[in-house]
Amino acid sequence: MTTQRYPRTWRRPPVLIPDPRWRWGFYLAVLIYLLAASSTLDVNWQRAYEGLERGGRFAMGFLQPDFTTRWRDISLGLVESLTMTLTSTIAGVLLAIPVGLGAARNISNGPVYLICRAFVAVSRSLQEVIIAILFVAMVGFGPLAGFLTLTFATIGFMAKLLAEDIEEMDERQAEAIRATGASWLQLIHVGVMPQVMPRLIGLSLYRLDINFRESAVIGIVGAGGIGATLNTAIDRYEYDSAGAVLIIIIVIVMATEYLSGYVRKWVQ
Amino acid sequence: MMTQPTTALTAWKRNTRRHEWLVWLAWLVTISAFIVTWQIMNQNTLWFFLADAPEQIRDLGGRMFPPSWSYIHYLWGPLWDTLNIATLGTLIGIVIAVPVAFLAARNTTPSRRLVRPLALLVIVASRSINSLIWALLLVAILGPGLLAGVIAIALRSIGFVGKLMYEAIEEIDTAQVEAIEATGASLMQRLDYGIVPQILPTFFGVSVFRWDINIRESTILGLVGAGGIGLQLQAALNTLAWPRVTMIFVVILGTVVVSEWVSSQVRNAIR
Amino acid sequence: MLRLEQLTKVYKTGDKALTDINLSVEAGQVVGLIGPSGAGKSTLIRCVNRLVEPSAGKIWLGDQELAGLSKSALRRQRRRIGMIFQEYALVERLTVMENVLSGRLGYVPFWRSLTRRYPADDIENAFRFLDRVGLADHADKRADALSGGQRQRVGIARALAQEPDLLLIDEPTASLDPKTSRQIMRLIIELCNERGLPAIINIHDVPLAQAFVNRIIGLNQGRVVFDGAPVDLSDEVLTRIYGEEDWVALRGKPGQENEDVEAPALDAHRLEAAQ
Repeated sequence: MTTQRYPRTWRRPPVLIPDPRWRWGFYLAVLIYLLAASSTLDVNWQRAYEGLERGGRFAMGFLQPDFTTRWRDISLGLVESLTMTLTSTIAGVLLAIPVGLGAARNISNGPVYLICRAFVAVSRSLQEVIIAILFVAMVGFGPLAGFLTLTFATIGFMAKLLAEDIEEMDERQAEAIRATGASWLQLIHVGVMPQVMPRLIGLSLYRLDINFRESAVIGIVGAGGIGATLNTAIDRYEYDSAGAVLIIIIVIVMATEYLSGYVRKWVQ
Repeated sequence: MMTQPTTALTAWKRNTRRHEWLVWLAWLVTISAFIVTWQIMNQNTLWFFLADAPEQIRDLGGRMFPPSWSYIHYLWGPLWDTLNIATLGTLIGIVIAVPVAFLAARNTTPSRRLVRPLALLVIVASRSINSLIWALLLVAILGPGLLAGVIAIALRSIGFVGKLMYEAIEEIDTAQVEAIEATGASLMQRLDYGIVPQILPTFFGVSVFRWDINIRESTILGLVGAGGIGLQLQAALNTLAWPRVTMIFVVILGTVVVSEWVSSQVRNAIR
Repeated sequence: MLRLEQLTKVYKTGDKALTDINLSVEAGQVVGLIGPSGAGKSTLIRCVNRLVEPSAGKIWLGDQELAGLSKSALRRQRRRIGMIFQEYALVERLTVMENVLSGRLGYVPFWRSLTRRYPADDIENAFRFLDRVGLADHADKRADALSGGQRQRVGIARALAQEPDLLLIDEPTASLDPKTSRQIMRLIIELCNERGLPAIINIHDVPLAQAFVNRIIGLNQGRVVFDGAPVDLSDEVLTRIYGEEDWVALRGKPGQENEDVEAPALDAHRLEAAQ
């Protein structure tokens, strides 16, 4: 047997940045950033230490939640939140359908497409809380501001996904229907809806989930719901009531997630 | 031979009829729930307050424009803080989320009865509670400041990253792990060679995606005192300085657009 | 070299996958394991290195009994058993070299495998095996950039890197086209002959098995129903293994994956002559 020589060392070729100077430069930059960022934290250890006791009390409140003392507030907030969630999801989905059709490149036309796309982009990049601030300023405190906020956010979310679905759908089916001389509405009804409907229902349920979670947040800026209850409880340092609210939120989110997963499976 | 298709057809018909019934029932429940909840909301709304809403909107619009452009010089510092809250929070969240994901995944958890439900509970709790609520609690505990914001973002990120990661771990190709196991590899080596390479793309994609979301979320944490540009927003709102509010919105919108672009670029590069 | 005694596997569902398997494989002997789907072929070879835990029985590899070993002792013994898989089972996102070196995982400590700092001897051997299977230039490529046949060659190099005393080979050609299948089978047989390695090959393609291996074991419903030379595979035996079928027609008109049966037969003769 001939003894051929083979290399006795092997290094894995670098995955991302082949040039070692750039690679080490990159690592160094990351390190410098992390140090600079951490230095801005400016932790007040004294204050944090004092806060520990309060943290302990909160943990205790979470373990021994008090549902009864503030039950009136909690149930009121809960009903408001659920109301907002359901109405805004339904209104949002219904309004998202025309916007989504308008934002789909293959069935829309120039100006309509641009307007719908712009609406979607704005709605998606603004935090729900920021929108809530504006609506509270316009229509006052209460669940109506929450409803408007969540509807606005739902339109952006649903319209974008809907438009993407329509753009990806099987063009041949729509083509075949167009060839029969069908009107635009008939095209939507026969060519688009059957393909998009199951996904639409699935996404609506997913959005229902998100809207409930968000409804717990926008109350903090005055848009009603269980978030307002939670905010009050924390302001009053009633950690056991706050714990109760949080547990209710977690349980409801778990329930809706389980339920919507079940329904999604059933629909598809 | 002829009877078989017929029975199949009637069975199919019966099935669709039941299916149709369920669909109608679902619509009925949805619509009546909508009507009931809509009325509840109407009871709680003061409509006379709303009568002048269009006027209010016009009024608000008038006060908000034009934005106070010069105010931007006061916003660079808070913006830097916001960026740091999002980035550090995401990093801490990831560091905690990865082990939690391995404990939660059916095929890597040390115990399905005990550890897995606990890990799943951590993930669900973290996911259910918005970072603003975490921040609210943490400001009450730690006092106002960036640290509360960083931890709030981290706590919220655990659930998101953890969920997507454990699902990715459960979906890996088991043949690759089996092959590594067959060479006599230890547990850690199996993790390193069999599992990690398979989930690495998901890991980076999810992390960058969460960072993008966290930028958006950290812009408002200041509303409850957790630092960043939201503090400025809160101050401007309290003093009704609407042109400043508009300017802050513009900066936030710009930041969000940039971070979204970065995140989509990175995700495309990984693929 | 390998001896199975009363090996039995019952799955949790109650399915009896293997019943009282007794067989032994001598050094240098290549055994083809044939049988219908669900006969227990895959379970059998996975029981040998305990990727599937046997329910009862003994597994002797040389002087070592495997069925009763503890986890860590089993890991040390698994190093002696190389395995080659149907869908290659390479770590797709790692380089070819890392895949070959992963055959050394049982020998090196964790930090070495984590930092990819393998001993120089391991690396030299890995390059030698890659050259032997004809992939010397592909060391730095990612495994998912290779074709099916090339991937299976990497899988073979990985098994060789273990310096095994036994090869377990699970449907090595099931995902390959006929020509590549024969090349891979030929390579496996050559390597076994070079190194005096015993091997068990699960294979569903009877003509291919007959062409390459020197002993065939037929499995049906978890029992050995045939054990003998390839030439003894009569129609009657095939019926015992697979059930009723027109074997003459099947042989006369080979299906897609076994067209051109004579060529490998010639190869097998040549191989035997070369021994």
